[in-house]
Amino acid sequence: MSAQGIRIENLSKRYGRGDTAVLALKNANMEVSPGEVVGLVGPSGSGKSTLLKCLGAVIDPTGGRMTLNGEVIYDEGWKVRDLNALRRDKIGFVFQAPYLIPFLDATDNVALLPMLAGIPNAEARRQAVELLAALDVQHRAAAMPSRLSGGEQQRVAIARGLVNRPPVILADEPTAPLDSDRALAVIRILNEMAQRYETAVIVVTHDEKIIPTFKRIYHIRDGVTLEEKGEGRDFGMECGRRGRG
Amino acid sequence: MISLAGRDIVNSWGKFIFTGVGLGLLVGVTLTMAGLYRGMVDDGMALLDNSGADLWVVQRDTLGPYAEPSGIPGDLWRDICAVPGVAEAVNVTYLTMQVGHGDRDVRAMVAGIAAGDSGTPGWPPRLVAGRQITRGHYEAVADMGTGFALGDVLRIRRNNYTVVGLTRRMVSSNGDPMVFIPLKDAQEAQFLKDNDAILMQRRRTEADPALNRPGMPGLLEAVQASQTVNNSVNAVLVRVRPGYSTSEVARNIERWQRLTAYDRGKMEKILIGKIIATAAKQIGMFLIILAIVSAAIVAFIIYTLTMDKIREIAVLKLLGARNRTIAGMILQQSLMLGLFGFVVGKVAATFATPLFPRFIMLIPSDSIRGFAAVMGICALASLVAIRIALKVDPADAIS
Repeated sequence: MSAQGIRIENLSKRYGRGDTAVLALKNANMEVSPGEVVGLVGPSGSGKSTLLKCLGAVIDPTGGRMTLNGEVIYDEGWKVRDLNALRRDKIGFVFQAPYLIPFLDATDNVALLPMLAGIPNAEARRQAVELLAALDVQHRAAAMPSRLSGGEQQRVAIARGLVNRPPVILADEPTAPLDSDRALAVIRILNEMAQRYETAVIVVTHDEKIIPTFKRIYHIRDGVTLEEKGEGRDFGMECGRRGRG
Repeated sequence: MISLAGRDIVNSWGKFIFTGVGLGLLVGVTLTMAGLYRGMVDDGMALLDNSGADLWVVQRDTLGPYAEPSGIPGDLWRDICAVPGVAEAVNVTYLTMQVGHGDRDVRAMVAGIAAGDSGTPGWPPRLVAGRQITRGHYEAVADMGTGFALGDVLRIRRNNYTVVGLTRRMVSSNGDPMVFIPLKDAQEAQFLKDNDAILMQRRRTEADPALNRPGMPGLLEAVQASQTVNNSVNAVLVRVRPGYSTSEVARNIERWQRLTAYDRGKMEKILIGKIIATAAKQIGMFLIILAIVSAAIVAFIIYTLTMDKIREIAVLKLLGARNRTIAGMILQQSLMLGLFGFVVGKVAATFATPLFPRFIMLIPSDSIRGFAAVMGICALASLVAIRIALKVDPADAIS
């Protein structure tokens, strides 16, 4: 494994103090390389969400070390100062529901992140349209989220996660509301995008349909991670950039 | 950077428009109330301006003739004319009453003006139709606000008057339009009793042994004659010669004639500080209530709009939007709502004011102050929503 991508070493997270303290993460380890898509699976209460929030710089771990493309972002209590900028520029998020901004059209939903980073509107929109085209939803670029189908919304959300070319994308149950075909389509897209943009993708899931598609899987139970080789099955259908070669 | 606030408003324009119109009507009422106060002040100033006087001479220690009753002898103007510095002294009476016209009557301030010509103190300075009063009796000049037309016959007490001229912006401090009639007629209208009352008074006088003494022929008739005639007037309007100080002339009149003389500054204080003061306080209270109601409405709407977007705000924060971007969005929405409401209110007030019976004076400085107040209220009203938005945890976006 290279120093690129995301790497956590002995990451721990404790909620509360004293007798009521709960150790949600216990020396968790994980390493995901650029272009790789790994699964993070585990039962409810196992620590998946806590790990995801730590990886997303939403909550602070209480111990361990975390690096992103070789850059230390957390080390035993020390953390980078501007977490907003870190999340905006270095981490892409894809949620269970797309959570698109309802008052922005598909293009501006994607372009919002580069705009927040100070990129001029025209350039941000150009990048957004390019990504929408890569995800085969460019024909819906001007549509408001309420006019998009569930699959289209999820692809726009993936485009939003990718638009700032982050080294890592955290996908939180991205296929939960989708049927098998659409779920596999989303995973295929994430794989394509991971390879095209050299992005490490971590997919948190319960979804039995997609677990066999991962080449590597991290199981988490009681806050402890365990790496396992996945089946790495084919995605089973043509989707995503269908008909575009 | 695109305007998140603008996009949200465009997306939920119905809610924004209805709220803005509601707020606008409140702003319109507020501007109209302010205009009502300005109109009252302007009415008072118009009354002073149009009287053409430098001094108002009234009964001693009264605030007449507009704020309190005042009665002074009708021949005192001659003595006042003799005071150094007095260029012109003219009797005048004012009486607010119902003026009949056909089946209806109109509340008006009837002014009795002494003989003279246009430019004489107390006379209407400008006519928009017809002519000034030229006969000693039964002619009238009416303000357009009465609704009377040239040739209309008015009924004031027992007499009829023909409208021979029309004037404009001649109103009392209460906003009642004025009707000018000859002084003698006005004195009669103000002081003369009806025939039955005169008869009863004569009988009482006859029965009074002090006034009907045996062996004193002519006394009873003289007393009765004095009771029937009243030559009092409410005030004498004085114009001061150029080069003389009005305060000096006023002091001389007060000293030698045992009267009270008010100059323009004092009359303004009486009109604004005493006659309009209560109304101004009431209007001020209404303005405060309206401001509180407006702030509550804006705060509630912005709070509701923000609560509807809690999930989006959490997503924005998770995606790296800074607090100032979120706060800016809410503040801009609130200010846009205020701007829209102000425009609606200003337009509504401008079109509605001519429909009010009283003069409503909308002045640009009040509009500017109103705009600043609306923006300030909207900015304050957004603070609650901003506080809630800033407390939203980006982790809420992650299930």
